[in-house]
Amino acid sequence: MIELDHVGFWYHGQTDPVLEDITLSIGEGELVLLAGRTGAGKSTLLGTINGLVPHFTGGHLAGSVTVDGVATSSRPPREFAHLVGMVGQDPLAGFVTDTVEEELAYGMEQLGLAPQVMRRRVEETLDLLGIADLRRRALRALSGGQQQRVAIGSVLTTHPRILVLDEPTSALDPTAAEDVLATLARLVQDLGTTVVMAEHRMERVIPFADRMIYVPGDGSVIDGTPAEVLELTPIAPPIVQLGRLAGWQPLPMSVRDARRRAGALRPRLAASPQRTEPVAGPPVLTSSGVVVRYGPTVAVRGVDLDLHGGKVMAIMGRNGSGKSSLLWALQGSGPRQAGTVRVDGADPHELSSAKARKLVGLVPQTASDLLYLETVAAECAAADIESDAEPGHCRALLDRLAPGVDAEKHPRDLSEGQRLALVLAVQLSAAPRIMLLDEPTRGLDYTAKTALGRMIAGLAEEGRAVVVATHDVEFVATVADRVIVMAEGEIVSDGPAVEVLGSSPAFAPQVTKVLGPDWLTVADVETAIRQGVS
Amino acid sequence: MRGVFATYLLPRDLHPAAWWVWALGLAVAASRTTNPWLLLTIVAVACYVVVSRRTDAPWALAFRIYLYLGLVIIAVRVFFRIVFGGAEGSTIVLSLPEIPLPAWAAGIRLFGDVSAESLLGGLYDGLRLATMVICLGAANALANPKRLLKAMPPALYEVGTAVIVALSVFPQLAESVLRVRQARKLRGGASGKRFRALHAIIIPVLEDALDRSLRLAASMDSRGYGRAGRVEARARLFTGTLMIVGLLGVCVGVYATLDGSTPRFLAGPVLFTGVAIALVGFRLAGKRVKRTRYRPDRWRLAEVVVALSGIAVAVVLFASSSVDPTNLNPSLIDLSWPLLSWVPLAGVLFGVLPSFLTPPPLPPFAEQETQSTEPERVAA
Repeated sequence: MIELDHVGFWYHGQTDPVLEDITLSIGEGELVLLAGRTGAGKSTLLGTINGLVPHFTGGHLAGSVTVDGVATSSRPPREFAHLVGMVGQDPLAGFVTDTVEEELAYGMEQLGLAPQVMRRRVEETLDLLGIADLRRRALRALSGGQQQRVAIGSVLTTHPRILVLDEPTSALDPTAAEDVLATLARLVQDLGTTVVMAEHRMERVIPFADRMIYVPGDGSVIDGTPAEVLELTPIAPPIVQLGRLAGWQPLPMSVRDARRRAGALRPRLAASPQRTEPVAGPPVLTSSGVVVRYGPTVAVRGVDLDLHGGKVMAIMGRNGSGKSSLLWALQGSGPRQAGTVRVDGADPHELSSAKARKLVGLVPQTASDLLYLETVAAECAAADIESDAEPGHCRALLDRLAPGVDAEKHPRDLSEGQRLALVLAVQLSAAPRIMLLDEPTRGLDYTAKTALGRMIAGLAEEGRAVVVATHDVEFVATVADRVIVMAEGEIVSDGPAVEVLGSSPAFAPQVTKVLGPDWLTVADVETAIRQGVS
Repeated sequence: MRGVFATYLLPRDLHPAAWWVWALGLAVAASRTTNPWLLLTIVAVACYVVVSRRTDAPWALAFRIYLYLGLVIIAVRVFFRIVFGGAEGSTIVLSLPEIPLPAWAAGIRLFGDVSAESLLGGLYDGLRLATMVICLGAANALANPKRLLKAMPPALYEVGTAVIVALSVFPQLAESVLRVRQARKLRGGASGKRFRALHAIIIPVLEDALDRSLRLAASMDSRGYGRAGRVEARARLFTGTLMIVGLLGVCVGVYATLDGSTPRFLAGPVLFTGVAIALVGFRLAGKRVKRTRYRPDRWRLAEVVVALSGIAVAVVLFASSSVDPTNLNPSLIDLSWPLLSWVPLAGVLFGVLPSFLTPPPLPPFAEQETQSTEPERVAA
């Protein structure tokens, strides 16, 4: 179906090629997972499949890519619309029309299909994706998971034989992500569509994948079944790490595989991990009865929350459950209709924004909104002035969070992880005792996430209270002491991480699913094995 | 018979052009009169139809803004009469000191005496303009502007798409400005110079907009946009020339028709040939487009009813202005309550027919179905 023959790609004026001498052949009905670090060339590789690379992006493509016998160099991407369906990272950015039904029909209109055919296929696709009740809804008003399913549906209506997806679940909560992945698995099973997708959080995709292509970042690729490839890769989902640790051969690919072999592992483990509950001092932030509403919709409905220094709290919950609104209300710059927030005896909402950020720092969902200057050095200098800190303070913070960021680089050219570290440093330069992070793991690969985890642990050690709103269960399991789950603007569960995560099937990390509610991370297991041996 | 009527009244969205014809009919009627009673009746008719036939869509909820705009227009008109002299007439109601202006501004008067007649004139004039604006607002509220663009002839498809994309950019831009401004507050807000603060908002917003438009372009390209529209250069040149020549003819013809001093052969004949040539051009261009349209709006009986009711209002007011002009344009010389005659009033009331002679609009969400199945499940 897709043949890559000695494919190389580089941008003009850059010495390092993005892709180099890649030869691949992807057959019909395969589900291929593309993994690798951010900036390793995954999106570029995906783009070559319908010719967006190089027709749209520029740069030079060597070798040849053929799809269904047609070379992509011979025609523009639009001539592949009936063959390859392309779904981008941000579904909203790719929508051309404004209602679900019209969006589904758009591609077919371009291909000039007969009206009856269009009508029938729209109905079929609505049913296939389970979005029939959304047909007349405005696209902007849908939740993230619904938008992603509409985006998939809008390319499916042209009956493409290949579906290419770039991080389809990166912005979704665990349940919505499962929905989307289940839909994709069904397409592969029922319709025989070839699916190629890039995904950072591979733990969810690996059970479905027939094949895995790992892009290490030096231009080459490693190709094989997931079990083969994961033997070699430095990054791996927790379940594979657990398998490596226990020495299982072949490596487990799904929770079910691992569970069946876990019996042999249990005796080797010493007692379940002891989690010493640190004695909580007086809270650094107290809030009660916080209400946030936007017109008729209530985002936060009377939440009481205390934050303690030295502890990391995670807020989870589906998209639109009020996590962001709560963070903004606690920081003081977001709206708050009722309730009190007290930090050091002051309400940050009533202080000027310059004073409020000295009490509570917030890194918003799109962290790059905070950056507006041309170089990292300029951003750091501006942050020092804004925070009345001595010159060089912000840079010192940045060096501690992410050493070796080039001061002369444009913030946009940094990797996602480095940019997040820069924004965090800018916010920390005001020395707040409370740091709130809204969806910091979005778009981060495993390496960057580990680094972020270390940064967060460092902040907590310094006595700061850290709050992280995220969908990433595995990340929560490694960093958080306490977890609250929100639904419809209310807190539905609140407690130590091990209790909240362990007791809920939707939020349980993979290690918990394999070994039981006491175990959260591979690190827990590792310590226990070491204790068991000694 | 009952079955026919039930089918006719099945909820659906009417063709947007029908609502525009109706609204333009009302607006043309409003332009023929300054009688406040008639104008207020037209406004009431427009409001009633909007309330009974609009959906919950955002463009429909904007109707209120047009009403406010109408009030502003009236206020501005009256205010200008006060500022720039309003002494025509004998009944002086307000004496303001006149500000003497230099000789080069002769003919302009600032303040001074204000007469009731000129105030009333401003009020009537403003009311007429406000009514026309409200009629257009009614069309905007009842017809989905994007569907109207989709109903354009196929030759103009590309233009339509460009406009639709541009329209969706504005809410996105507003959204990112809000987001960035909020984020700005997190960095200490408006500290520093004004220019700096502006810079801090514009740069991220522009980056965002550029990023998004690139992604949209990539998405449109990979979904086949522009693929069916490929025409050879010669054919494109031919249809292009036809359309431009035709439109030039239309311009000349319209000018000649309106200006009595130009030679007559430039009026009717040139106008009609121009229209004909342009239509041929459109037709040819449209034929080459191999794109199809999903569920196009159809022009059926209900659309005819809506359009005719609007045209009827305009026709009645045109006809009655030649019979009885005084009641349509009340005298400003002697101050008295303007009179209202039956014929134009009845004519304006034609405009209210669509509120009960058309099918109701479809609800924006298909929620009713789920609600109706709920009790069954409970019963089962």
